[in-house]
Amino acid sequence: MNFKGRDVISIKDFSKEEILYILDVAEKMLPIAEGKKKSNLLNGYIMASLFFEPSTRTRLSFEAAMKRLGGSVIGFAQPGTTSLQKGETLADTIKTAESYCDVIVMRHPKEGSARLAAKFASVPIINGGDGAGHHPTQCLLDLFTIRKEKGQIEGNRVALLGDLKYGRTVHSLAYALALFKVDMVFISPPELQMPKEVIEECREMGANITIKNSLEGLDEIDVLYVTRIQKERFPDPEEYKKVAGSYRIDLKTLENVKEDMIIMHPLPRVDEISPEVDETKHAAYFRQTFNGVPVRMALLALVLGEVK
Amino acid sequence: MKELKVQPIKDGTVIDHIPPGNAFKVLKILGITESLPDSVISIAINVVGKRGKKDIVKIENRELKAEEVDKIALIAPNATINIIRNYEVVEKRRVEVPDEIVGIVKCPNPNCISNTREPIKTRFIVKSRQPLKIKCYYCEREPEDISSLIM
Repeated sequence: MNFKGRDVISIKDFSKEEILYILDVAEKMLPIAEGKKKSNLLNGYIMASLFFEPSTRTRLSFEAAMKRLGGSVIGFAQPGTTSLQKGETLADTIKTAESYCDVIVMRHPKEGSARLAAKFASVPIINGGDGAGHHPTQCLLDLFTIRKEKGQIEGNRVALLGDLKYGRTVHSLAYALALFKVDMVFISPPELQMPKEVIEECREMGANITIKNSLEGLDEIDVLYVTRIQKERFPDPEEYKKVAGSYRIDLKTLENVKEDMIIMHPLPRVDEISPEVDETKHAAYFRQTFNGVPVRMALLALVLGEVK
Repeated sequence: MKELKVQPIKDGTVIDHIPPGNAFKVLKILGITESLPDSVISIAINVVGKRGKKDIVKIENRELKAEEVDKIALIAPNATINIIRNYEVVEKRRVEVPDEIVGIVKCPNPNCISNTREPIKTRFIVKSRQPLKIKCYYCEREPEDISSLIM
């Protein structure tokens, strides 16, 4: 498989085989990501990290990934310090940045911005989130986490919980899990249900989908993927409190779950998982966050052609 | 009483069966007034034909190619293209929706990058022709009321 020069814009640009290949490469990167082994694989390469919107995990883990492989990083974490303030277009910013680097990682508040960047850049573009659009590296690290924690992706019953209507992460993840024909349960308040198109697409791909409005039946779940319910989706703050409270994961909700059930969360979390859950064996979300490093290392090495 | 009719043309292209009132939009989409500054172009609006009212556009001395004309399929799906040589129709065909629609439809998503001042044209991928379904190349939004989004 040859990934050299490829853009990473949406998980839908990759086949199941390609996804598995990326995860295999990420697996091999683990000792380097953990700092146990040193690497100079990307020595001499420069990654531009263009964050037009705030991010903690995506930006830091990309930068860590590049540096762990011996590469260098240039870029910005806030557009306030760039010529965008002077009214420069994204196209011009990209054309400028690409002349200084070998690969561009970007996050931008507008949907489709990464596709636009890919049109103007000759170096690979890796999408670190484009508005409510795609966030393919999050999706890959989620799949990597499920495989690492459960041995394989297939055969698990995965529940996606929270704001399924607006959350970009869950739409991409549902699609990716459907590629593996995973059984999925979509749990959300009725007003934040998974969009019909996503449900239909997953069913057409052969995934078995159940839709629920409550936390009942968690005892059958192997992977519980929790997302944040955003306050701003509710006009009435009281209504928000009520809804958010009924989907909160705490020790009590975990009483009857499977021994090896894992809880994932793309983070940041607010109240949806009680901190006491962090101490249980179910909590996989901080390990999931770490997995961003090996997965992003794999992608960088692949698109730069240093791993074939 | 003397009746003034649009004259037949000797050579060129006649676009017939345009929905009434859309002739100017057709010209705008084709960009023809800029690309053919020396062509004589006649427009007939609200012509009463066998199937009711319609508009007709006649472009002299220029045979339009299919890929040039197919762009109008969104506003004139039943239009026919007649190629005229020496007053005879030598070729007649219907417009077809192209695989991609570039620079004609505006994306309804206010947060789409194509609605900013970037140096790009809007671009939609045609997912299905019957019924017509299109998807924004950039943000992947699938607009419902396409005709209201024609620029």
